[in-house]
Amino acid sequence: MDPLAAIKVTFFQECEEQLAELEAGLLAMEGGDHDPEIVNAVFRAVHSIKGGAGAFSLEELVRFSHVFETALDRIRSGAIEADQEAIKLLLRSADVLADHVRAARDGGTVDVGRSQAMAEALAALADGDGAGAAEEEDTGDGFGDFEFQPVAFDMGETVAEPAPSATTFKVRFYPQAALYQKANESGLLLRELTRLGEVSVELDASGLPMLAELNPEDAYLGWTVSVTGEALTETAVREVFEWVDGDCYLDIIKDGADAQPAPGPDVSVDAMGGEVDVLALIRAAQEAEIAPPPAPVLTASVPEPAKQKEQALDAKAQATAREASPQTIRVDLERVDRLIDLVGELVINQAMLAQRVAECGLQRASSVAVGLDDLEHLTREIQDSVMAIRAQPVKSVFQRFPRLVREIAAMTGKEVRLIMDGENTEVDKTVIERLSDPLTHMIRNAIDHGLESPEDRVAAGKPREGVVRLAALHRSGRIVIEISDDGRGINRARVKQIAVDKGLIAPEANLSDEEIDNLIFMAGFSTAATVSDISGRGVGMDVVRRSIQSLGGRINISSRPGQGSTFTLSLPLTLAVLDGMVVTVAGQTLVAPLTAIIESLQPKAADVKSLGPNAHVIAIRDSHVPLIDIGRSLGYRTVTPPPTEGVALLVEGEGGARAALMVDAIQGQRQVVIKSLEANYRPVPGIAAATILGDGRVALILDIDAVMVPKPLSAGVAASTTPSGTDAARPAPTSDLPLAMAG
Amino acid sequence: MTESNLPQAGERMELISFRIGDQEFCVNIMSVREIRGWTPATPLPQSPGFVKGVINLRGAVLPIVDLAARMGLAMTETSERHVIIVTRIGDQQVGLLVDAVCDIITIGSDAVQQTPDVACETVKTFVKGLLALEGRMISLISLEYVLPELRVEATGAELAA
Repeated sequence: MDPLAAIKVTFFQECEEQLAELEAGLLAMEGGDHDPEIVNAVFRAVHSIKGGAGAFSLEELVRFSHVFETALDRIRSGAIEADQEAIKLLLRSADVLADHVRAARDGGTVDVGRSQAMAEALAALADGDGAGAAEEEDTGDGFGDFEFQPVAFDMGETVAEPAPSATTFKVRFYPQAALYQKANESGLLLRELTRLGEVSVELDASGLPMLAELNPEDAYLGWTVSVTGEALTETAVREVFEWVDGDCYLDIIKDGADAQPAPGPDVSVDAMGGEVDVLALIRAAQEAEIAPPPAPVLTASVPEPAKQKEQALDAKAQATAREASPQTIRVDLERVDRLIDLVGELVINQAMLAQRVAECGLQRASSVAVGLDDLEHLTREIQDSVMAIRAQPVKSVFQRFPRLVREIAAMTGKEVRLIMDGENTEVDKTVIERLSDPLTHMIRNAIDHGLESPEDRVAAGKPREGVVRLAALHRSGRIVIEISDDGRGINRARVKQIAVDKGLIAPEANLSDEEIDNLIFMAGFSTAATVSDISGRGVGMDVVRRSIQSLGGRINISSRPGQGSTFTLSLPLTLAVLDGMVVTVAGQTLVAPLTAIIESLQPKAADVKSLGPNAHVIAIRDSHVPLIDIGRSLGYRTVTPPPTEGVALLVEGEGGARAALMVDAIQGQRQVVIKSLEANYRPVPGIAAATILGDGRVALILDIDAVMVPKPLSAGVAASTTPSGTDAARPAPTSDLPLAMAG
Repeated sequence: MTESNLPQAGERMELISFRIGDQEFCVNIMSVREIRGWTPATPLPQSPGFVKGVINLRGAVLPIVDLAARMGLAMTETSERHVIIVTRIGDQQVGLLVDAVCDIITIGSDAVQQTPDVACETVKTFVKGLLALEGRMISLISLEYVLPELRVEATGAELAA
């Protein structure tokens, strides 16, 4: 690769990052965060893309990002206000910008009409501040002849004085220890106040004891905040402190009313020693500040120390922002995968070594054995650390959902609030990549089917706005993702009726609530009475379930009529390892994925029945399931030993069908590292992947769904024994192999 | 197989020669990654008879092809004396089971003679030329069709490189 091309690759990688930052920033702005730092970051993202694009002469990209940048610059400078309407436009523009970047990278084309329309809308937005802008730029000229025009603006005009109708509130806020114990943060509350208007903050540190006396869990500081804003109400101010009500001393006084001195925390004056004078002075100064109601223009009378505190607070906020994005390096994924392979091999090697040493009859306490134990700990730790390299927070998937929710809400005319929790929960990259589609679908479903219309909600005594909650957490070595809504819940009578109508269940079937809820996962089931734009895309919950199962995951639903439904996904943290049951079949060692196994049992002769010439079924409780000899379906043997001599694994395939798989013996459960067969060979029917066991031998991992298929598996192999120069005869690789992955 | 798989006239090339039964074969040394002793392979279900199975090659799953069986000779009865030649074919690695490795030979490409016109289809598929060396006859074989319907993306030029 020539150097320029290499730089270009890096540029596009950075573009992706900038685009992600752009969207995250815009979403934060939409969420009401008016931190100038965010606007700056958004501006910088677009600016960097433009700069890089210019260097590579990507003209389309330059032109669009320039228009975009201009609009952002005017927001940054305060010339135009970033209201919801404007941010929506910016978010859509970010989409178009992403299209441009991708077109420039992959050589595709963008939707010219959409791009043009968006550029015009952006230009209009940039012009849209009325006075002062109209004469600076030609309005409505689109971006066809949009050249690099200097955009001037008048700071004096835009930084408005508080309007005469501005009201000022004095907020005295003295947190108690309980506030911090509940993981609240005064700094955030104070920042929240800044959203309401002009703010000046004073710190009251008079309660602060000497270091020796200081209890780090206690609360000593208090603040006095003056908030000035148009149409500011006490309720609005009080709402900021809604969550800490009762855990702090809070006093909100409309400016001009009498100020009550706050009862500061008890201070042991003796302990203050020499400091007492200084602190007393500060306090006195503050009292003086509060007692006589000063003129409406409070901003002018901010005492110097308070200003410094404010700056310190800002600096702290920035520091935390920096902490959130720690230093990173860019590493080729292939290298990491290689490292994971090698460490897997190291673990196997270490196990083999330990086995050999044990065979030599060395004492457990011998220095060699002890050293090997240490080595084992170390290798496990290395393995965990290496796996952690590939782990990513689910944020990368979650962050696209706020926009999705807005769009669906707009389409359905519903009012929706999305709450996300645990965005920093980490899971392997391979899992992350495949989470997006099922989650998107489930969120669509939650809004489209789960939530009622605002009118219905009000009629049902609920708030107009529905809540969809998306939460991720780690639980016993798996990641659990919950999608819940506070909608109407599953209409069981209707679900059952539809299932009967579609012939999925018998009309007289007697199902428990849970069983009815799970009907929505059946293939060919869709509850929407009218096929809507959002959910009616021929993709049902059965597809969601299948894709979750193909990740080695499980999905559950719980629903309460009138109160909403919760879908719970449980997924392995990585696709590189798998929980398996190690079994013996015809002298071969095989691994069956544990997620598919419901139970294992020893068949009784009375339960096994012949069905037709050579098929067998086994009675398990009330149902009969096909009995499949793994050894025969994989071609290891031609004669099936009596089922009573082996063990049957009751498994459930992706479609929900069940079968009993006959194996000779169960060796045990273990976590195995998944190795691809396709990397050096080709897909093998009935086999999902391979793994390497503790003895260094390769063991094959069963493809449960493939072995459940009654027809012989040998179909794709027949023609392969003769050399063939073409690829045409090769059976198409099964794209939905549950465990297909590299490495 | 294209002509480009054969080296240009006058070019020197190195070959690894090995024995299967009483015949001697060789492959371009550039496609050989390593040579190792036989370790028992895990059989793959539904696979052609010449695929012995897969072994663990430092964490990668390596298919083993019984080259004798692949070329229509008798199936190899494996023992510890047998050898696996790990080769790179396209973007895949494949182990070739042979009786023994003999030699590394350096020859000019013009020393490669055309394969005589024999009726055998396997010979036509695999043998790309003959070498006469110290009274021995060594068949230069092409690896392209060793695995059934293997996804060989590599061009002939790459194999000869």
